This record gives sequence, C-alpha cells and structure tokens, in this order.
Amino acid sequence: MRKARIAYGGAIHEAIEWEGQLKLNDGRLVEESKVTWLTPIEPRTVFALGLNYADHAAELAFAAPTEPLVFLKGPNTFIGHQAYTRRPADVTYMHYECELAVIIGKTARNVKREDAYNYVKGYSVANDYAIRDYLENYYRPNLRVKNRDLGTPFGPWIVDAVDVADPMNLKLTTHVNNELVQEGTTADMIFDIPALIAYLSSFMTVSENDVILTGTPKGSVDTAVGDIVVTEVEGIGRLVNTIIGDESFINR
Amino acid sequence: MSRARIKVLGANELVAVDVNIVTNTITIKDSVLSANDIQFDTPITGTVFGTLLNYKGALDRLGDTVNEKPYNSPPIAPVLYIKPANTFNWYGAAIPMPAGISRLEMGAALGLVIGKQAVAVDEENALTYVAGYTIVNDVSVPHDSVYRPAVQHKARDGFCPIGPWIIDRQEVDNPDDLTIRVFINDKLQQENSTSNLIRSVTRLLADVTEFMTLSPGDVLLVGVPEDAPQAQIGDKIRVEIAGIGSLVNVIVDEKEFKWSGTI
Repeated sequence: MRKARIAYGGAIHEAIEWEGQLKLNDGRLVEESKVTWLTPIEPRTVFALGLNYADHAAELAFAAPTEPLVFLKGPNTFIGHQAYTRRPADVTYMHYECELAVIIGKTARNVKREDAYNYVKGYSVANDYAIRDYLENYYRPNLRVKNRDLGTPFGPWIVDAVDVADPMNLKLTTHVNNELVQEGTTADMIFDIPALIAYLSSFMTVSENDVILTGTPKGSVDTAVGDIVVTEVEGIGRLVNTIIGDESFINR
Repeated sequence: MSRARIKVLGANELVAVDVNIVTNTITIKDSVLSANDIQFDTPITGTVFGTLLNYKGALDRLGDTVNEKPYNSPPIAPVLYIKPANTFNWYGAAIPMPAGISRLEMGAALGLVIGKQAVAVDEENALTYVAGYTIVNDVSVPHDSVYRPAVQHKARDGFCPIGPWIIDRQEVDNPDDLTIRVFINDKLQQENSTSNLIRSVTRLLADVTEFMTLSPGDVLLVGVPEDAPQAQIGDKIRVEIAGIGSLVNVIVDEKEFKWSGTI
C-alpha cells in the first residue's frame, strides 16, 4: 500500500493511493492535484549518507569511504511532494540528489545485518539538495549545505516494506524539465540497507519514523530558478519539486 | 530567586516555578524542594542544535591546521550539528559509557531555548525569540578530527543531558558574560565564560536563522569551551552556569542499562 499525509479541506489527513486518486481515511476520494502533500511521515531522527555510491564519490573526486559517511538533518528542512525549494541568488552550484529513503518501523539497537529488514516499515523518495558554494571542511557536509529550510523534498508517499521485493535493485532517475540528468541503481550502494541499519544501531538506538536517506549516484548538475526537478525511484514514487528564487521572498 | 520552568517526569506540561540557583532548590506554592528530590524530565520538546568551534580558545587549539588539509581554510559560517532524540537525558540521570570506550568528554554548553519561530532574525531582535536558558552537557566520545560529522561520537544514547530547568530569559542580564564551570567528583576541572564566544548569542541566532528556522522548543547550543574535561565510569559530573544553575549526572557502564536491549 502507498500511504500519504496530505492537507485537504482545512485539515491534515492520511490517505492511500486509490485508482489514480487519493482515498482519505474518512472515505473521501480526491484528485491528487487538489491536495497539499506533506511529508509521508513526520520524521524523527534523519540520517543521510554521503558518498554512498562509488560513481558519485568518484565524480566528486573522493575515494569511496571505508565507513559510512553519515550526517543528520533536522525537521526544518523537509517539505512534501509538489513543493518549492529556494535557490539563493548568490550561489553558482546547487544540485539535486535522488535518494531512496528507508523508514524505520520499530526500535532497533545492535541489530544484526540478517535481521535488519525486520526493522523497516517502508520506503519513500527524497531529494537531498546540496549547495556546493556553502561547503566547508568542518563536519562536512554541514547544515548550511544540507539542512536549509525547504532543502529536502520527501515523498510523495511511504510504500509498505512488504510491497517492495528487492529494495537493493531499484532504478533511480532524476529529470530536470523532462530531461534525464541522473540515472543509477540502488544495487550500486557501497553500504546497503542492512549494513546501514546494522552500523547505526551498533552505536545508538534507532526508533520508529527515523529515516535513512541512502545516498545518491552520480549525475549532479546545477539547477536554475524555475526548473522542475523530478526525482524518482522505481516502484516507490515520483517526487516533484520546483526551484524558486529570492524574488519569491519579499523580506529578504 | 529566579523564574524558571521545569518538566517533571510523568507530567505533560512544563511547570512555572521559582528556583534558587545557589541552594539548588525550587519553590512551588509554599513548598521548598531540593532539586535532588525531584524526578526531572528533559525540558525540551524540539531539536537540539550544537555549534562547533564557537569559543575563541577552541578555534585557537586548531592553530595553523585550519589552513592545512583537510580543512584548507578557517570556518566562515557557523558549524552546526544535531544532538538527536536518542541522546536526550535529564538532571540526575546516568550517562551510559559505551562498551569499548573508557573516557568521555563533558561539553559544557549554554542552551538557548527558542520561544517563538525564528526565521532570518536580526541581531537587534534576536533575544526576543529566546524563551530562556538551560544547561546542556554535550557529551562526546573524544575525537581529534572535525572534518567529518561526528555522529558516532556525539549521537550515542543519553549523550545530551539537559536541565535541570529553563531559566526565563528576563532573569539573565547578559548571556554573553556567563561563567561556566565543570566539576568532576566535586573538583573543578574547567572554567570558562561565554564572553569568549566568537559569535555572540545574538550574532549566532542571526547567522543560524538566516538559512534554518528555529522553532519553539528547539535549543541552540552556543558552543563548548576548549579542553573539555574527560570523565569515566563512576564519575559525578556537575556543569554549572552562573545565573542558570547546575546540571548533575553520573557516568554508568552501558551494560547496566538493562532496558536498552542486548548489548
């Protein structure tokens, strides 16, 4: 099943995909275009992976890491499907990152690799935008690059884990204005999903609605104001985002 | 007496109280209670953001290495990190010493508790977004390199004691002039002052909210002074901030935390 959180008619609803429409929990059927999409869950702790695809690490001139490169993201950065992300006027290189998001379903501590999938509730798509102009070499990548307001589209929905036969063999694509700019497969992750759950739970407790953004393959290209960026993971979802500029913000 | 708010274990809401930070007591109605007789909970409902290298001495410790690989240049923007929900801990509670590690750094931090949504605030008005101040022990596994995010060093269970209370903002004349002391087993191990911050409290709030909204209940740590003292199993830690209070915790072997699952 595919479950979304949406705003409709002045309230927040949970809904499921229903023959191309959304069926709200109260039974109403509504067109997808009539709702405001929220993040599919309210994320608790969010882990993101840097350089978790060998081809992307090479593209950025880094050796592939020997231990997962993990950073954290706060709630301020997340927005839903069909939303808007700001590109500040002074930046020269802001790129999308199409990622498979793994949503944890229950408390995990010292989980073994072979048991790891038991702790996954479902999957979604994230676009982990980065502004390379703001990269500095302290706790890199830092929050000014990776935790900006509006900086992380997440959705449209959570797909139940039982409905995803092999999350380690899904095609990832990004299209900017309908042109294919990024293509990869989750099969190329350096640290796969069980390895990441085992790693994180080896030193801390991971809980329901914690999210792991599993990294992005190569294909980082600069984006411009007005671009429509579609990050898609095969069988999981198609996440649409539009880049807006400073002119949309009248006070700064 | 200072006006403050506390969160007691089992209560849903913060409770307004008067506290005496010298005697470490709380007055509720007509009763006077020792802080040690109250089962506190974490007084925080949002996200805790830490700031790296915001004490002049902490940056000085890096010396010329800031111009060498991998850093290549001194930091420009605030360097932030997150203390996630699993790290939250409270007054009087135990800090688990992870298996295989023998010493932990005690990071004494003034916490700015946000009172209203802060987006791109300017320095002049920044303090009006602060509901109050609290004490945070930003515990870390010691690590020399600050090149990559220190999730494994800073995000372990129980690594963020907060409290005992939130002192109302109006009770503090100047948050940029507060003495901070760390005692281990009642012996003074560190003394510093927020007068040594690179970014003052208001400058930090302005620079952070330029790209990241802070919401009510969030906490922004102003930084950890250089030479954070290290502690081991059995040690009693007291982080004291003048005008705010004292945060007391003990370090316990994580194997003694039966509730946290198989270790």
